[in-house]
Amino acid sequence: MTSHVEASPPRAEPASLRRRMAAAGWDRTTLLMVPAAVFVVLLFIYPFAYGLVLSFQPAKGGAFANYATFFSDPYLYDTIATTMRLGLPATVLNMLLALPIAFQVRHFRWQRVLTTILVIPITLGTVLVAQGLLTYLGPQGWLNRALIELGLTSTPVRLTHNYWGVFLALVITEFPFVFLLTLSYITGIDPALPQAAATLGAGPARQFRYVFLPLLIPGLAVAFCLAFVQAFSVFPSAILLGAPAGPTRVISIAAYQAAFEQYDYSMASAIAMIMGAVQLVVVVAVLGARTLFYRGPMGGGKG
Amino acid sequence: MARADGTFGEIRLERVSRGFDGVMALQDLDLTIRRGEFIALLGPSGCGKSTALNCIAGLLPLTGGSIWLDDRRIDELPPERRGFGMVFQNYALFPHMTVRRNIGFGLAMRGVPRSEAEARIDAAVRLVQLEAHGSKLPGQLSGGQQQRVAIARAIVVQPPLVLMDEPLSNLDARLRLDMRHEIRRIHNELGRSTVYVTHDQDEALSLADRVVVLRDGRVRQIGTPEDLYARPAVLDVARFMGYRNIFDGAVSGGDGDRVTVERDDLRIVGTPRAALGSGRAAVAIRPEDLVPGEDGAGAIPGVVESVEFVGREYAATALTSGGLLLHFRSHRRLNLDEPVHLRAAPERVLLFGAEENA
Repeated sequence: MTSHVEASPPRAEPASLRRRMAAAGWDRTTLLMVPAAVFVVLLFIYPFAYGLVLSFQPAKGGAFANYATFFSDPYLYDTIATTMRLGLPATVLNMLLALPIAFQVRHFRWQRVLTTILVIPITLGTVLVAQGLLTYLGPQGWLNRALIELGLTSTPVRLTHNYWGVFLALVITEFPFVFLLTLSYITGIDPALPQAAATLGAGPARQFRYVFLPLLIPGLAVAFCLAFVQAFSVFPSAILLGAPAGPTRVISIAAYQAAFEQYDYSMASAIAMIMGAVQLVVVVAVLGARTLFYRGPMGGGKG
Repeated sequence: MARADGTFGEIRLERVSRGFDGVMALQDLDLTIRRGEFIALLGPSGCGKSTALNCIAGLLPLTGGSIWLDDRRIDELPPERRGFGMVFQNYALFPHMTVRRNIGFGLAMRGVPRSEAEARIDAAVRLVQLEAHGSKLPGQLSGGQQQRVAIARAIVVQPPLVLMDEPLSNLDARLRLDMRHEIRRIHNELGRSTVYVTHDQDEALSLADRVVVLRDGRVRQIGTPEDLYARPAVLDVARFMGYRNIFDGAVSGGDGDRVTVERDDLRIVGTPRAALGSGRAAVAIRPEDLVPGEDGAGAIPGVVESVEFVGREYAATALTSGGLLLHFRSHRRLNLDEPVHLRAAPERVLLFGAEENA
């Protein structure tokens, strides 16, 4: 039997409000976002805006007086460079460590056990790690005693209350973070891709260079940004393990001193804003560079 | 490295075996691949066919046996030094490279000069008819196009041997037929050897010069498609070759190549494929060879249980009084519950030792 085909299409009804909302991506499920949105507004946007406004209301001088003070006093503006000198190398070192370890762990039979061990530092918190390192790395700590016993050095190596103490603390607390992200990016790559490269004549080094690296770079850039932002706001270990008056006087210490030693909340807010701006510049630069690379599915075809 | 021009006499697999944690996925595969030959490895999933392919490619180390390219042992070379082309089941195209760069990857790895590489990529792109898509990324192509890129990428380096791992399994039925012809055309055009893994017997029979049937990691039969189709050596292979009616019965008499088997109320005369030892035998008949006919000696009585129109004829099933369900073909539309008398020519009824009926 054949059926008659309607000659004219059904007349379009004017879409209801609900339809139009749904077409734009708004339906009842969207309401589930409300608690999170309230949370973000109350705990992030409002304090941020409050701090921003506060930073333009200095104790004395014009609206930009705090910023002018910061950028004219080397004791203040040098903290940016100090923080960079700690945060950038620590983050880069962590990326360089995490990448080969993640590559190995991928094939490791006890992957979960090892991953758990490597992730422990993240659960401890920075203060605990700093405290632990203070005794471990100190002149009477295990590390120095072992070095002296082994005859590798005659006097204790100074690793606390200076740059290296903070640097090591940053490496240790950041590593799990970078490692976990890197591991997930690597395992996200279809294992047939390096195999295909191998059958086409690429040895392990060239598989890495032409297949893994280009696919990993966008993910590594994100990992870098997250780790760097963490490192840039280092505070407890810079105080406990570092030399907070000198080589590890990071920008968060400057903000802390303005707020709680000079009780100049306006200046402290300005420093916090500058800190945020520097982080933003680095993040935007890194993520901007990321757009130069391929960012798409990491599979080799139809899965 | 295989000789640059890709010529060779033969590739020999000698007792190639591969175990995983004590379970043998592939055991004692002996196979000689001659130049220009198209070999299909056929078997159900888990039979070891992909393991065999990965062993040849070098992606899996052997746990026993050896592989020879003419008189050179190659089973210990890593994949990048064997120089065999491989087409992966999911194509494994590099998602961050354009079609042309994907195809040219092997040439770049071999250090082929740029101008020559470009010319060879052009030729490969033409061969797989993707001229319009050279600068696209794999994600922008359809499944069939991706598949052709994968083939072009594997053959552009002119490998002595191309390995294909179920390359058509992700495509829809029509495209699969088209690509099957393409693959055979490309194989003929290049005159190289191909090893093709599939679980689809139609694909294996239509493409290959020789088919290797695997089951549980062991070779069940190696032969030409015609051989396998008409003369399966063992019951497993028969089952795989479309002998859908398989049942066992008691051997009741007969001589060398005509033996009678009885079961319940039916008697059927068939051709033994091997010496029938015990008193029992397994009977294998294709649905195509079983047709309704006259009542009388040698006919199997039953009642029609289902009828499907499949184009030129009807595919039907009948239930015998002994409860056996038989698949057969008919040119006439049959009615349900209609009595039929099914007949098959004795040479098309194959008998196997019953102990194989696992």
